[in-house]
Amino acid sequence: MVNFGFAPLEIKIHDLDKSNLQLSSWIAERDETFTQCIACGCCTATCTAGKFTKFSFRELCHSIRRGEIAKAIAESEKCMLCGKCTLVCPRNVNTRNIVKLIRKANQKFKV
Amino acid sequence: MGKDVAIIGGGVAGLEAANQLATLGYNVTVFERNAQPGGHAAKWDRLFPNQRHSHEVIDSLKSHLNGNPAIMLSTAISTISRNGQKFKLDAKGRAFEADAILIATGFELFPAERKEEYGYGIYENVITSAELEEMFAKNGKPTMKSGETPKKIAFIHCVGSRDEKVNKPYCSKVCCVTAVKQAIEVKDSIPNAEVFNLYMDLRMFGPGYEDLYKEAQQKGVTFIRGRLSEASELDEGRLLIKTEDTLSSCPLKMSVDMVVLMVGMSPAIGTSELIAGLGLHPNKDGFVDIADQHLYPTNTTAEGVFVAGACVGPNNITDSVNAARSAAIEIHQYLSKK
Repeated sequence: MVNFGFAPLEIKIHDLDKSNLQLSSWIAERDETFTQCIACGCCTATCTAGKFTKFSFRELCHSIRRGEIAKAIAESEKCMLCGKCTLVCPRNVNTRNIVKLIRKANQKFKV
Repeated sequence: MGKDVAIIGGGVAGLEAANQLATLGYNVTVFERNAQPGGHAAKWDRLFPNQRHSHEVIDSLKSHLNGNPAIMLSTAISTISRNGQKFKLDAKGRAFEADAILIATGFELFPAERKEEYGYGIYENVITSAELEEMFAKNGKPTMKSGETPKKIAFIHCVGSRDEKVNKPYCSKVCCVTAVKQAIEVKDSIPNAEVFNLYMDLRMFGPGYEDLYKEAQQKGVTFIRGRLSEASELDEGRLLIKTEDTLSSCPLKMSVDMVVLMVGMSPAIGTSELIAGLGLHPNKDGFVDIADQHLYPTNTTAEGVFVAGACVGPNNITDSVNAARSAAIEIHQYLSKK
């Protein structure tokens, strides 16, 4: 095939019929507060790690709900477990515990 | 006193105002164009935020109808005009007189077929929130056209609300909490059903509403922030829906068995023609204009003409009951001075 030097971009579409929501339900079973996020972004705004790297706890939880398990597990490594996000969360999401659960899931789901 | 008050509309606001005014000693007649009183609430199965049966509220309001207040069913008032110190009402040739008028004509549900891209009236498993209430009242759960029980259901918020394309720029206020209530009822009535709510904002303004949202999250309802762009049919009556998952800036699609459109509140048909005879005009959204949004929410600019309920804009039952009581006091003060 002729190489034109460019190719069509891979278009990302969430297809919820095919999303793997195993991690999402695994976390929700172990920490009910995971379901209570209202996507306000306070966690991301206060995040110490987020000051130095592109890290958002809100986005992390959202990617789990869309079945992006590998991405979520890799992202969770950026968290320093300082717990500021737990202090600011208006819905009392146990954010720190959720990061720990995601890391634990790393072994369980063997991504 | 012996003064006459005519109330146009026998829904929640009309019935409550009738009870109050009769207690104050006026001769009250409610004119209801339908064969049954209670308005839309009479057709609803259960109410937010506590899933109380709607008929309890309507039965309580109706229990006061005993001659005074009187109700005339299947009686549509076609014109109202001022006649000296009194008002003249006409219902298909029959004439009535009153010293004060209360407009309580309520609302219509937005005709969902106007959002053609959502497929209402085209695909058999696209229904409205009102039709879902009928299903709950009849079977206790939703049913697909084929008779099967749906396993995946999507609620579409803001159908005929916050949408300038259909000339409905305003928020209908009660659909968010209704969608959350219905999502919970689906979860409770169909074990393992997957339920999705497609919303732009969740406007949980009333007491207990935010708690209902939390309950829905706990019960596993999936909230997706994005407005439905279109629905199309897959095989065997299933539906494909598309939106943007705005929290990840990414298009999203999924198949579902049933789509429930949260239809908003539109001005009642005929109300603007009715008030025109009194020199009143609708506001920019088509509802009855009030004299003062903060201080006189149940007065109009026409002397002796008052308003209550959803004819002034989207309302819940609590607001309609409050407005009806407020209007009753305003009418009492007006008639006491006459």
